[in-house]
Amino acid sequence: MNTVTNPVTPVPDRKKQNKFVRFLNSKKVVPFVFISPFVLSLLLFTVYPAIQGVMMSFQSVLPGQVEFIGMSNYERVFNPTFYRAVSNTTIYVILTVLILTIIPMVLAVILNSKHVRFRNIFRASLFIPALTSTIVGGMIFRFMFSEQDSAVANQFIGFFGFDSVKWMFSPWAAILLMVLLASWRWIGVNILYFLAALQNVPDEMYEAAQIDGATRMQRFRFITMPMLKPIIVFVSTITIINGFRMFEESYVFWAVGSPGNIGLSIAAYIYQQGIQQNDMGFGAALGVVLMLIIFVISIIYLIATGTFKKEGR
Amino acid sequence: MKKNNSKLLSIIATVVMAIVSLIALFPIISMVLSSFIPSSSLMRNGISFSFPWSELTLSNYTYIFTQSAEYWTWYGNSLWISALMIVLSLFFSSMVGYALAMYDFKGSNLFFVAVVFILMVPFEILMLPLFQLMIDMMLVDTYLGVILPGIVAPVAVFFFRQYALGLPKELMDAARIDGSTEYGIFFKIMLPLMGPSLAAMAILQGLGSWNNFLWPLLVLRSNDMFTLPLGLATLLTPYGNNYDILIAGSVMTIIPIVILFLFFQRYFISGLTVGGVKG
Repeated sequence: MNTVTNPVTPVPDRKKQNKFVRFLNSKKVVPFVFISPFVLSLLLFTVYPAIQGVMMSFQSVLPGQVEFIGMSNYERVFNPTFYRAVSNTTIYVILTVLILTIIPMVLAVILNSKHVRFRNIFRASLFIPALTSTIVGGMIFRFMFSEQDSAVANQFIGFFGFDSVKWMFSPWAAILLMVLLASWRWIGVNILYFLAALQNVPDEMYEAAQIDGATRMQRFRFITMPMLKPIIVFVSTITIINGFRMFEESYVFWAVGSPGNIGLSIAAYIYQQGIQQNDMGFGAALGVVLMLIIFVISIIYLIATGTFKKEGR
Repeated sequence: MKKNNSKLLSIIATVVMAIVSLIALFPIISMVLSSFIPSSSLMRNGISFSFPWSELTLSNYTYIFTQSAEYWTWYGNSLWISALMIVLSLFFSSMVGYALAMYDFKGSNLFFVAVVFILMVPFEILMLPLFQLMIDMMLVDTYLGVILPGIVAPVAVFFFRQYALGLPKELMDAARIDGSTEYGIFFKIMLPLMGPSLAAMAILQGLGSWNNFLWPLLVLRSNDMFTLPLGLATLLTPYGNNYDILIAGSVMTIIPIVILFLFFQRYFISGLTVGGVKG
């Protein structure tokens, strides 16, 4: 560039700039000005509440009256309702991880093959459910899975000779409803992750395998799957984390009171205790336990899938 | 022989995808259709494969446009909150992402690691203390109370940083020589170049805010402050007395988004898959 040949001389009329402006415009200060509003809001709305959340879990919080009560919030955590919430949430997580990893992967492989036509239309159609809110999606599901014989879900199982089910009032169906709602909304997004990853698999690998006589299934098993491993780990990890945080899927079907807690999730239990019962200290303790659960399971999962080993190399 | 084989495969794969796409679209299509039948019929039968074509009517829509001021209040609230949220969070986080990418400053790496770490703190642990903070700041039942905690958007910082790393730094030097200030460089030259990333993040933040439920549920108290998801959720009673507003109202919250999606597909996709950006 020609600017390099001209020595950079201070522009004369800049001399009038006062010291403060020059200070603000120095390269040392500028980045801090840029990040300061963000840092302030981060401290106020994330860091402070995070610390406060841990503190609150050791407190009894009533308006104008806060006192430390040691571990007694935590002693109350392990009760039958909590176990119910944990088991509901765990089943939900296992099912969503299986569905939201395997199905999008298979569909992405089909979509990525040269055989499929109208690829963009299919991709867009599968993505559209992600645009709906859980509330609107859940409302539609309530009408599709309502207890009448005439509703879609009962018509469907009736076609195979089963009796109608009261979907929102039987334990296994309650979890299934939440799993189906979440799966319906997220499949399209996960397909996009897999499609992006599939672009990185070189065609030559398939050609070489084909020459060596590998069948279609063998090519999927020994080329596609290993190449997709990082994205499988990524997709299943975010599904696990989001699964343990599940709240809206439960709220949209039963608000906060499902019969016999068949739809209660850990996050819904936090809301119920912390906000509705106004027992903030206990709610905060539940929050800390939830965070530990998420943390431990993510670490175990990442170690089991060998993610850390790969990075350490 | 081989050619026939691949033709058959092509048909099978296309048919499979068509069926899966239809299943994905079925709930949306049936919601739109159901908004054109009387809500009493929907209440009685649920969404059914045997659609009552003879009962088609516009009554839900005439009702919502003429009788339901409440619904439009929620709509207005949602629009306001989403718009403010987009502007503020983009403004804050684009500056941060840009600063991280373009300047070497003390602690920049540490700061970036902190941002990524904060990405992983679940909202559920922040929720109760944040609510307490809103009570202390007297922001309960205000727009500001809904918006403020949402302007911290570490995902957006992450995304803007990645995008800004790809911008030409020579432009900055050239502008400096022309006497532009560092801030002028950002707002007049670099920010416009970040347009595509701004669009993607506007969609991510906007959609997130438009569909957000848990936080507004805590902060907002009075019916005339509710956003659309909150308002619609209050209509989800087992008695069905408000289903005319519920179903037509839901259609009108989702259809504008679907239309936007069809026009700006590329930005929606890069915005909603931001989690996959590699560091």
